[in-house]
Amino acid sequence: MDTDLSSQDRKDLDKFIKFFALKTVQVIVQARLGEKICTRSSSSPTGSDWFNLAIKDIPEVTHEAKKALAGQLPAVGRSMCVEISLKTSEGDSMELEIWCLEMNEKCDKEIKVSYTVYNRLSLLLKSLLAITRVTPAYRLSRKQGHEYVILYRIYFGEVQLSGLGEGFQTVRVGTVGTPVGTITLSCAYRINLAFMSTRQFERTPPIMGIIIDHFVDRPYPSSSPMHPCNYRAGEDNGAVYPSVEDSQEVCTTSFSTSPPSQCVFTVTKAHFQTSPPMVTDTLKVPVMGLAFSHQPAALGVGSADMGYPVLFAGGLNAAHPHQLIGPGKEGGVPPVPNQPAHGTQADQERMCTPLDGVHYSAATPSSSEDTETVSNSSEGKCGSPHDLLETIFIRKVGAFVNKPINQVTMANLDIPFAMFAPKNVELEDNDPMVNPPESPETESPLQGSLHSEGSSGSSTGNTHDDFVMIDFKPAFSKDDILPMDLGTFYREFQNPPQLSSLSIDIGAQSMAEDLDSLPEKLAVHEKNVKEFDAFVETLQ
Amino acid sequence: MVGPGRSRCCGPSGAAPAMNCRAEVLEVSVEGRQVEEAMLAVLHTILLHRSTGKFHYKKEGTYSIGTVGTQDVDCDFIDFAYVRVSSEELDRALRKAVGEFKNALRGSGSDGMGQISLEFYQKKKSRWPFSDECIPWELWTIKVNVVNLANEQERQICREKVGEKLCEKTINIVELMNRHEYLPKMPTQSEVDNVFDTSLKDVQPYLYKISYQITDSLGTSVTTTMRRLIKDTLAL
Repeated sequence: MDTDLSSQDRKDLDKFIKFFALKTVQVIVQARLGEKICTRSSSSPTGSDWFNLAIKDIPEVTHEAKKALAGQLPAVGRSMCVEISLKTSEGDSMELEIWCLEMNEKCDKEIKVSYTVYNRLSLLLKSLLAITRVTPAYRLSRKQGHEYVILYRIYFGEVQLSGLGEGFQTVRVGTVGTPVGTITLSCAYRINLAFMSTRQFERTPPIMGIIIDHFVDRPYPSSSPMHPCNYRAGEDNGAVYPSVEDSQEVCTTSFSTSPPSQCVFTVTKAHFQTSPPMVTDTLKVPVMGLAFSHQPAALGVGSADMGYPVLFAGGLNAAHPHQLIGPGKEGGVPPVPNQPAHGTQADQERMCTPLDGVHYSAATPSSSEDTETVSNSSEGKCGSPHDLLETIFIRKVGAFVNKPINQVTMANLDIPFAMFAPKNVELEDNDPMVNPPESPETESPLQGSLHSEGSSGSSTGNTHDDFVMIDFKPAFSKDDILPMDLGTFYREFQNPPQLSSLSIDIGAQSMAEDLDSLPEKLAVHEKNVKEFDAFVETLQ
Repeated sequence: MVGPGRSRCCGPSGAAPAMNCRAEVLEVSVEGRQVEEAMLAVLHTILLHRSTGKFHYKKEGTYSIGTVGTQDVDCDFIDFAYVRVSSEELDRALRKAVGEFKNALRGSGSDGMGQISLEFYQKKKSRWPFSDECIPWELWTIKVNVVNLANEQERQICREKVGEKLCEKTINIVELMNRHEYLPKMPTQSEVDNVFDTSLKDVQPYLYKISYQITDSLGTSVTTTMRRLIKDTLAL
């Protein structure tokens, strides 16, 4: 049986592949021009629209593509690559993406060339249109002009991905099987855009020379010259410099101006598989004077400016994707930035993110107290500092506080109908009295709003009551059959001793004082860096 | 025609291989004002892949195909941009459906959860007095969860997060499209209306219908509405 391609089919297939390659280049370069593309649908076929798609042909781009192909077609081992890179006004450049059109040996002999292959190539081009808007370079390219421009380069042969830095991501646009092989279109894009961070705040005049004259061949060491993707000759973007927030595609450090309790550092999108210390993650940092791990300030911006305690989680170099900490409503709180102390995914079960980081990064006993309480209290809660503060400072008084005054009962141990529960008899002989917490008024301002009616009622009311010995019968519990019944549980766990770090002193301390004490704490930690490192080593 | 949001596949069709309607589900969590743009982004991305140019039939059963133009759309409430087919009619039809979905989501009895479905189907003509069968061959369901955000900062984060999510969804959609699974055979001139929506003047998507369901706070779906967005072709 003759399974070879007929000569007509072969010719058609070659033509399809050639024009597909040219159209691919057009789509990619046009997607990086920095403009919105719009072409019209036409119900009457013009005969010149390959693959039934209205894709304009920029002559220079076609010329470059044909030059690179030099009459050949993509084949096994010979791929057509379009390299997209960014060049700043200072002359730094960085490869952003490599789009590869490859051919492998897997053939589909049964497929009909003139019909199925053609339609599938058309579908692949549509997918390419969609995917070119989805990679990080698209947003960068839409903002090019003043501080940087986007350049493209076409080459043919072996794919070179080394310029993309570590941890680049790949997305496959699609494949089409043909009788001579399978065409694959994919994109490898850079994740680590860190180097931009040092430049993003410098304002430079527009790079007029590059923008206008796109026919200049630059003397690049690489085999083919780079070309700008932007030829808006002389167009003035209104000299709007990207604000700090706008440049978040690059590598961001944007600060929330309010509320003061939060410092938000946003990060470039996608997943960071490895990241140098320069990349920061999004963290919501509570204001209270908590120990934190000292990291070299990655971008050198932000923390000092704001004067807030800045937490760079120690484990940002870990091999897990970093995610933004959002409002916590979209499918739950994202995983914890990984800490060197853990090095596992187990962290991701923890709900409260930055403080866990604090906990495990700080090895010294003096600081661990603070962090312990914080992370204890924060377990099971969402990672917003306000929630955190609430957790620490809610003081629900159990029905009968039979421990000395400095007790804090955690909110989640509140028993139902606390104020109606009979007094506890069986515990310590001293002090069955209910004493309200010594100074609910002197606690943090949040306290007032967080105290429930019940607890304040019970705390104030009970001081005036006479004390009557009544068996403690918690609601909905059976009689004492089992050794550990509900009542016993309540009694035992109702009034845990107050954690020493949660004494009023800390609560009453103002934020400014916290901040003032920070440099000393920092100095202490810095001195103990070796200890921290040793500790981390032991955990790994 | 009102019916359940999901149609059952009925009966084998002679020309096609095993007619399993493939179903894909995408989920997004968005803020209220992002619902429209997010839905449009996903629906347009799917329809970009499921639309061709207008067919022009010639003698001897051959046909030529018109050209599909595309355009970029920037979202206002989401850090996202997508490509859609350049067809105002199609855009209007989708906006209408999404607008109804959004209103239903906002309405009473909803806790902000719902789903919108885009179903591609083929028509199979039946003899009188039976009406035509609609045989779905692909079903896309987008589950939506509307979140409420407290302040501007959360909204800003939500913009970015939803943008990233939509990027992922686009990659998912493209992956699924690339599987080259069953597509209806290219029809003859007499059959073209059974496969394609020929009512638009500039492009020709496969026959589709959009329906949605809103989940009330009890978790059951209380509202089911099906809208026909194609020319009404009841045979009777």
